[in-house]
Order: sequence, then C-alpha cells, then structure tokens
Amino acid sequence: MNQGPLNKAGERRPDWAALVIAAVLVAISGVIFFDAARLREVSGYSPVGPGTVPMAIAVVLLLLAVWTVIAAFRGDFPEREKQEVQPVAWVIGGLAAQMLLLNTAGFSIATGVLFAATAAGFGKRKVWISLPVGIVLCLVVWLIFAGLLQLSLPAGPLERLFQ
Amino acid sequence: MSTFEFLLQGLVIAAQPMNLFYALIGVTLGTAVGVLPGIGPALTVALLLPVTYQLDPAGSLIMFAGIYYGGMYGGSTTSILLNTPGESASIVTALEGNKMARAGRGGPALATAAIGSFVAGLLATIGLAFIAPFIVKLALVFGPREYFALMVLAFVTVSSAFGDSTLRGLTALFIGLALSTIGIDQLTGQTRLAFGVPDLLDGIEVTTLAVAMFAIGETLFIAAQGVKGPDKVEAVKGSVWMNRADWARSWKPWLRGTVIGFPIGAMPAGGAEIGTFLSYAAEKRLSKHPEEFGHGAIEGVAGPEAANNASAAGTLVPLLTLGLPTTATAAIMLAGFQQYGLQPGPLLFATNPQLVWGLIASLLIANFMLLVLNLPLIGLWVRLLTIPKPWLYAGILLFATLGTIGANPSVFELGMLLAFGILGYVMRVFGYPIAPVVVGLILGPLAEQQLRRALAISQGDFSVLFTSPIAAGLLIVAALALIVPLILRARGRGEVLSQMAANED
Repeated sequence: MNQGPLNKAGERRPDWAALVIAAVLVAISGVIFFDAARLREVSGYSPVGPGTVPMAIAVVLLLLAVWTVIAAFRGDFPEREKQEVQPVAWVIGGLAAQMLLLNTAGFSIATGVLFAATAAGFGKRKVWISLPVGIVLCLVVWLIFAGLLQLSLPAGPLERLFQ
Repeated sequence: MSTFEFLLQGLVIAAQPMNLFYALIGVTLGTAVGVLPGIGPALTVALLLPVTYQLDPAGSLIMFAGIYYGGMYGGSTTSILLNTPGESASIVTALEGNKMARAGRGGPALATAAIGSFVAGLLATIGLAFIAPFIVKLALVFGPREYFALMVLAFVTVSSAFGDSTLRGLTALFIGLALSTIGIDQLTGQTRLAFGVPDLLDGIEVTTLAVAMFAIGETLFIAAQGVKGPDKVEAVKGSVWMNRADWARSWKPWLRGTVIGFPIGAMPAGGAEIGTFLSYAAEKRLSKHPEEFGHGAIEGVAGPEAANNASAAGTLVPLLTLGLPTTATAAIMLAGFQQYGLQPGPLLFATNPQLVWGLIASLLIANFMLLVLNLPLIGLWVRLLTIPKPWLYAGILLFATLGTIGANPSVFELGMLLAFGILGYVMRVFGYPIAPVVVGLILGPLAEQQLRRALAISQGDFSVLFTSPIAAGLLIVAALALIVPLILRARGRGEVLSQMAANED
C-alpha cells in the first residue's frame, strides 16, 4: 500500500507518505484554528478563555507539520514493511458491515458478520462455516452480557426469540 | 490512623465474600486475556472495562485491580512460550525465558516469572501503601501551577523521552491533546470542535479510543503482514517446579528487580520497560554465570519479571495520589475511576478512604490468587496460546466492539471506533507510538484545567507558571527530558532509547 522511503544509495527523494501526514497535520491545525477563532469572539474579554489551549495546540501541530516535512526530505522515517491490502479491506469491511447492520439485524447477526470477515482477513475464507459459528458465538455472548450483566446490546430477529 | 490500620481496614473490605469473588473474576479474566498473544495489559484493561459497568465503584475497582495484575502475569507466560511479547515490558523476559523454554526448561522459567511477579507485586504493593500517604501530604501543598508542571513532565516522558523519535512521539501526543479538546469546555460550558454533532458534546470516550487504537489498529496491522505460518508454541516439558539451584539463583534477582522497578514506576515519568532493561543489565553484570545470558539464564527471567511487576504497582503511586496516569494502562484505569465520578488524588484519600485502601488491599489479595492460578493451572493458559490466528483476532474484534456497543449502542460510536482503528493502524505503519495519544486524551483536559486555574489566579500573567520553585523545577526536568534525548539521537546514540520504547503500556 505504501512505498518505503526511496533514499537508496544516498539519493535524497522526499518521502511522499510523510508529506501527506504533514498535510493532514496542517489540516487538523486549520480546523482547530477556525474553531478557536470563533471561541475568541464569543468570550473576548478574558485573556485566557476556552480558545486559548486549542489555539496553542494548533500552533504546535503546525510546527510539528513543518518538522515532519523536514524529516520527509531527510528520509528520517523508518523503513516500512510491505502492507497487504486485501486482509485489511476484509477487516475494515467487516467493521463497517457491523456498524450498518447493528440496529436492524441485531447484535448477533451484525457481529457474526464482523467475526466471519475478520477470520476471512486472516485466511479462513470458508464463510459458510465461519459465519454460522460467529453468529452462534455472538448469540451466546449476547445472552451472557445482555441477560446476566444487563448491558444494552441491540436486539434483532434472532435475539427476540430468546426474550 | 496509621497506614497500618488503614491497610488492615482495607483488608477487611477486600476480604468480604463478594469483593473476593470480584477479585477472582478479575484475575481470571485478566490472565486469560493477557495471555493471548498481541494483547498487553493496556488492551486487557480497556477490553474488560465494560464488564465492570454494572458493579458498584468498590467492586468494579477491585475487579479492575485484579484484571491489571492478571494481565501482567499473563503477558509473561506469552513471552516465555511464544517469543512474541504481548507487551513491550516483557521483551526482556522473552530474551531469556524463550531460550529456557526451547531448552526444555519452560516450567522453571514460568515458575520463576510467576513467583518473582508475586514477590515483587507483594513488596511493591506494600511499598505503595506506605509511600502513598507521604505523597498525599506533599500533594496538599501543590497548587494548580505545580499540577500543571507535573502533567507537562508526564507528557514529555510518555511521548518523547523514550522511543525512537521525538517528532513522532510529540505528534502522537498532540493528536491526543487535540482530540481531548472536543466537546463542552469544563470551565465555561462553550462547545469546542463539535460542529453541531450531538454525539461529540461529551467528548471522545477514552475506552473507545484505547480499544480502537490498540485492538483494531493492532488487528489491522497484523492482518496487513499477510498470512504466515503459525508461531511456534514451546511445550512445557517436565516439572513446573524449580529445583534448589533455581531457587538459589532466583531470589536475589527478584529482590533486586523489585528495588529497581518500584521507584521507576512510582516516578511521574512512566514506562515499565526501563526497569526491566536496567534489571537485566544488573543481573548480567552480577551473575556468576554470565556466559549463560543469551542462552537461557534464569536470573534474566527472574529479575526483569520482578522489575516489571514492581513498576506496574509503582505506577499506581502517581495515579492514586496525584491522579496522574504515566502509562496507557494507568490512563485507562483513570477512565475507570471517572466513570463513577471519582477523581483519584489527595482528596480521594480523605473523602473515600475505604475505597482507596480497599483497592490497595485487594491488590495484595489478587497477587495471592494469581500465584495459585498461574502455577498449578499453567497448562490451561498455555492452551489459549494455541488458538489459530483467524479465530483469535475475530474473537478480539468481537469483544472490542462488544465493549463499545455495551457502553453506547450507536452507529456513530462504532464509526468513531472504526475511524480511530484505522488511525491506529496508519500510526503503527509509520512508526508512531500509540500510548501518548491515549495519555494525551485523558490528561489533556486535566492539564488544561490546572493551567487555566493558575492563569485565572494570576489574571493571565504567564510568568506565574515559573515563579514557584516546585513548578519551575518540574518544568526544567521536563525540558531536559525533551532536549537531552534529541541531542542523543542527533549524535546517533538513539538505539538505547528506542529499545525502551513504550509501545503498549
């Protein structure tokens, strides 16, 4: 996914990924500046208000962004290992699916999908086995945590059978 | 009342049947989760925090203390048998312990680690009980500016003094600090950085952030390495009991490890790792068998493991007496206190002595339970190590999301969990440390509060921060802790510091 630093044989080429990080830091800093400026208008009379500390954080983030740019050009970032995209996509997909399914399908089905997707990300691609296993496991967890420990875990069609 | 009476009173509270039961559940869960590869004490505590939601404060904190100590014990088992330390503090244990396990001496390695942890935990917890009242007295003279200076020192040591880059440590810290300003300002009630999203008004939950960055970030990172062959688990051959020679070679390292580890943990500087490295170096120098080091010397397991547990108990000193978390684990424990509206610090000792002393006493009891759980039942925990990776990580994510859903079953909260998980993954890829983000998030609002109080007293005059001798001294130490490592790294002597990197706790 990410290219390692390209400074082989003494060549000094910028580490583009690190430059992206610096840009993100600048963006975060900008958002905080924007918000802190609004706060300064709201409570203008006091020298130290709710905007003071965010403003200081924004300034430091800006300085860190500059430092990151320098580090990017000097190739100071550590060598990165090759990252496999597909397993990461499985896990993120599973988490996203759980998030979207949670309130309609209930805890067990949504989290069962996450379980199967994570297992798939780690090489167990037999979804017809891992999905039922995951759903049953999550149902057991639901019965323990929602039933005995009274955590409020969303119920779906499966959970209602036990209520 | 004297410390001794307080402690006795605490023991009475901790010995109530229900509290004993909570402690037992805590140590069992803590060991079970802590033994899983890739899960250190910080994540163990974050994952199991939701389990305690429905209990009363005393029961919950007692269970929590058990989880904390249990996670520490479990971690050493993993590093001895698997050579993939679940926590950076166990790296040294893996160095010699795994060699011993390969040579068929896994049993004595586990035993010396467990008994060493017990001895260190016992002495350090007693040390905690006796030192805490003095620090509480000292803390009473602390005003807002002294607290602020203390927190600045903690920020510096957690983020940049150790680890391999000042830049990346500070960046991680300031991301945490930026996240900590989201929500309603405590002093004026103004909304900051919420942009009209009602879910953000209460700020970002420490547990959501910690679980996302440690559990989901780590899972994504491991997944991204691709499918590799399973790690080799060393079988425990022969007896778990140590022979006479093992005892003779272990008891001094246990005591030395405790003496090295406890003060390091108790300082508001953070990092259980430093103590383990120092202890390892000391044992190597003092050993009569230096040639065995690197090939499975029992002293190299006994000393660092004792140092590790002693400094874990030591971190409770600043946490309980000053409300100052110096590790990610302590930061999450502070979040555990805050869910009951309790703020650890000198006041808690005055207003809620039963709770504090009950907690300290239950640490002693948890320590005894862990010795029993870890020696005869070691085979049970070893079996947990053989869970195949797909099921292990699927299960970790199941429980990681369970905690968040149980605390707040909203799509938004799960979205934050996913977003911070991805952030944690990206930070791992680029070599950013994770702990400073968590410490920044929880300590940020406290530091801001103290700073603004100090400035309100001085009517906006910043020089007030440097005019108290204690505050000025602490700030000078903080500045040194920031600058000296920078110079060391610039001169190419950074390896020692990066070895001490505080990745997990």
